[in-house]
Amino acid sequence: MKEPGKITPDLVKAHGLTEEEYEKIKDTLGREPNFTELGIFSVMWSEHCSYKSSKPLLRLFPTSGKDILIKAGEENAGVVDIGDGLCVVMKMESHNHPSAVEPFQGASTGVGGILRDIFTMGARPIALLDSLRFGPLDNGRNRYLLSGVVGGIAAYGNCMGIPTVGGEICFDETYEGNPLVNVMCVGVARRNSLVRARATGARNPVFYVGADTGRDGLGGASFASRELTEELDKDRPAVQIGDPFKEKLLLEACLELLNTGAVVGMQDMGAAGLTCSTSETASRGHSGMRVDLSLVPRREEGMIPYEVMLSESQERMLVIVTRGKEREARRVFDKWDLHAVPIGEVTDDEYLTVLDDDGGVAQVPARFLTEGAPVYTREERKPEYLRKIKDVSISTIPEPQDYDGVLKVLVASPSICSKRWVYEQYDHMVRTDTVVRPGADAALIRIKGTQKAIALSCDGNGRYCFLDPYEGGKIAVAEAARNVVCVGAEPIAITNCLNFGNPTKPHVFWQFRRCVEGMADACRILNTPVTGGNVSFYNENPKGAIDPTPVVGMLGLVEKMSFPCTPWFKREGDLIVLLGECREEIGGSEYLQLIHGLKMGPIPRVDLEKERAVQNTSLELIRARLVSSSHDCSEGGLAVALAECCMSDSGMGSGAVVELEASPEILKIRMDALLFGETQSRILVSCRPRNLPRIERLARQNKVACWRLGVVRGNRLTVRRIKRRVLDVSLEELEENWGKGLSRGDD
Amino acid sequence: MRFGVVVFPGSNCDDDCYYVVRDVVGEEVDFIWHKERRVEGFDCLILPGGFSYGDYLRTGAIARFSPVMKAIGSFARRGGLVIGICNGFQILLESNLLPGAMMKNRSLRFICKFANIRVENNLTPFTSLCQIGQVLKIPIAHIDGRYYADHEIMRGLKENNQIIFRYCSEDGELSQESNPNGSKDFIAGISNRSGNVLGLMPHPERASESILSSEDGRVVFESVVSTVKRSPRRSLRNDCPPSEEIC
Repeated sequence: MKEPGKITPDLVKAHGLTEEEYEKIKDTLGREPNFTELGIFSVMWSEHCSYKSSKPLLRLFPTSGKDILIKAGEENAGVVDIGDGLCVVMKMESHNHPSAVEPFQGASTGVGGILRDIFTMGARPIALLDSLRFGPLDNGRNRYLLSGVVGGIAAYGNCMGIPTVGGEICFDETYEGNPLVNVMCVGVARRNSLVRARATGARNPVFYVGADTGRDGLGGASFASRELTEELDKDRPAVQIGDPFKEKLLLEACLELLNTGAVVGMQDMGAAGLTCSTSETASRGHSGMRVDLSLVPRREEGMIPYEVMLSESQERMLVIVTRGKEREARRVFDKWDLHAVPIGEVTDDEYLTVLDDDGGVAQVPARFLTEGAPVYTREERKPEYLRKIKDVSISTIPEPQDYDGVLKVLVASPSICSKRWVYEQYDHMVRTDTVVRPGADAALIRIKGTQKAIALSCDGNGRYCFLDPYEGGKIAVAEAARNVVCVGAEPIAITNCLNFGNPTKPHVFWQFRRCVEGMADACRILNTPVTGGNVSFYNENPKGAIDPTPVVGMLGLVEKMSFPCTPWFKREGDLIVLLGECREEIGGSEYLQLIHGLKMGPIPRVDLEKERAVQNTSLELIRARLVSSSHDCSEGGLAVALAECCMSDSGMGSGAVVELEASPEILKIRMDALLFGETQSRILVSCRPRNLPRIERLARQNKVACWRLGVVRGNRLTVRRIKRRVLDVSLEELEENWGKGLSRGDD
Repeated sequence: MRFGVVVFPGSNCDDDCYYVVRDVVGEEVDFIWHKERRVEGFDCLILPGGFSYGDYLRTGAIARFSPVMKAIGSFARRGGLVIGICNGFQILLESNLLPGAMMKNRSLRFICKFANIRVENNLTPFTSLCQIGQVLKIPIAHIDGRYYADHEIMRGLKENNQIIFRYCSEDGELSQESNPNGSKDFIAGISNRSGNVLGLMPHPERASESILSSEDGRVVFESVVSTVKRSPRRSLRNDCPPSEEIC
């Protein structure tokens, strides 16, 4: 690349800066910025780095709580106190655009990036989860994307030795051309070993550690801040290449560094690389920083300062070391054969000063870079489609003749079927802490040295949010909480990834606001503050914006772990009980979409107080060891939930016989709505017959509906209503459809 | 007695092995950094799983040149007990401490799941507490686990009872479906000729506690303990052939 002679309005526009933003820069600097400074502003003020469109709305999230040690926005990740002197560091991030262009490396480097955000705080990453969304699988390109993304996540996570323990995968035409790849990472640290990403102490040396700098991902931050077009190949250079081995060395070295007492602060070089890490650490420390680019190790020749500052080469860290303790730090880097170079020092002038061979190259006030981006109040307007879309009326939907057939179609559908094909490519057992493995409602990770365990789950539903962003936002949080409850954990905090279209379109911004409001309300009532997360805008393809898709990453805590609770029926003769009310709600369901081809609401409503009561009841039952299994009802409704309980993760499980003779309220619900509707706040448990009276009593005390559905028996799933057989499928048939769902068309 | 867990850059299962030995089996254990040139005072060395050197070139190909491998070679030749798990097995193959080679899984994909392996030889220090034909449910997690050896080597393995574990069904039957990666002759683990070096692809450290769904793997560690405690001098025998290749 060559420096242009002059900054023109076109050049400013090409850098994603508006005229007003450019004027503001000139005003504050008191002069025109040079080319390197223009680049620095373009990445720091991009949507991805500055959150200029979303900041005002993100303030709606509850971020405080008695267990929140480091709040959203303060550092690279949020921190939750879990007692015993330990804390959990967690975050979720998106890598949507790179994965659309180059799925393997896009997903791989997404994992690399989120891992660094965790260990940069002094926490050892102990689990990864991923939430993936693609267009329909019958399109070859989507199969290619799925394979590439899963392969990339596996390659990076497995090599790092961090188990990928859960997540979700969904297929829908709204994601055609714009897949979603959201990766969540969770780490554990001792409270007193946490590291902040701040540069303090004038003259403290600033070390560059890790891989050499090349031209990777130039413009990556701005790449994430605009829409994908048909010409994907032109964007390929913006995708970085990962080296998980290098990152493993970085991880071990950074954690070992903590014992030296030599670290003042640390930040990884992610989006906007050197620019972001230097300006953010300086800004947080209310300091300045001076760096000399001629000292930066390079992989390529002839790089100009602009390129060095904006490069997104992976596996690099910025470490601010206590002056006088450089030797201790170097000893650790040498042990791990890592290249560590002092490239500058902390100053007290509050400027980011960049030098090169030829002298001064850039000088910008640090806080102006990190906090000076204007915050926009975007225009909002309720979407036209919401005015036009009518509510579905069940009387217009023909009742199925063959319920067996409907169930088989649902369990075989890529969004619902077994994800074994995916998670068997992830090493989900490394570290020997995965007590509940993928395939259950949530992962459960034990914490050696304590009696505690943490539960993790990722959940979202784009269709719900398209049809009703506010309710959909509530449900995203409610369902994630319900999932961790099902493995016996109390929901305590969330991270999130908010995937939306172009925020300058008023209807997209309206969707964004409503989703955030719904999520915030749910977080308040369910007591799960937001520890941080990521906003990914500009998810559009040539056809338009994706369905608004907020994804929630839920953390649950088990104080005293005994034997884990899993979804599968365990024993012949156990009774099957449903906690929570049934209603006639087929709107927004997989059933309505897959069988009747309709994307219509109203989506199921969630009463958050009732949801909390059902969750609390289930937790009490699990802790009192009154239930043998526990599973939440979600996509596909009650019938799919029953089927899932019958199909154990280790081969075939136990059948069930369900009798739908119940209260008059239940009988009023049309059969297909009862079996496949996605009414919220319901948890399916099984128990020894002798425990039923206590369960019913507890449910009654908590004002939670409790319905004894049937019994675990045989090797078929049979549902009867007043002696008439409604559904009768063998476990073999179910396994055939559900088990092979994703690998069809593969081997 | 004392175990040593060797740590290469990129090893991932070192902590897991250390934990099982110290906290589950209850024996003394130390980490050994790959740059160490001496290994003394150990009865059994474990080369754990992971991605040493990122699996660059070939899995285990670079680790074999680590300074510690020379010392491990001598230790093995003197009769010291060595267990190579997964990547550790691959490193032993590359170092010629075990015969044969590893190829990519038949499916060409990484596979992480529980497998069943059958004990074929219970006269080794690693299987002394097992029955012949006993089925152990132990997880695998690898992409390069398809064992291969030529006709010569295979004959030698069979003649000298060096095949220690084979993949099988829950009932102990050998079949294609129960062979997760296409390993030759269903081989999941082998020993050297003198039976003091074991390499296996499944991870016994991941199946040593009931809370993780299977305790079947613990018997491998317990057999070592039992063997060493029964005859403490066994692990330092000098009657082993001093040649380079002890396969």
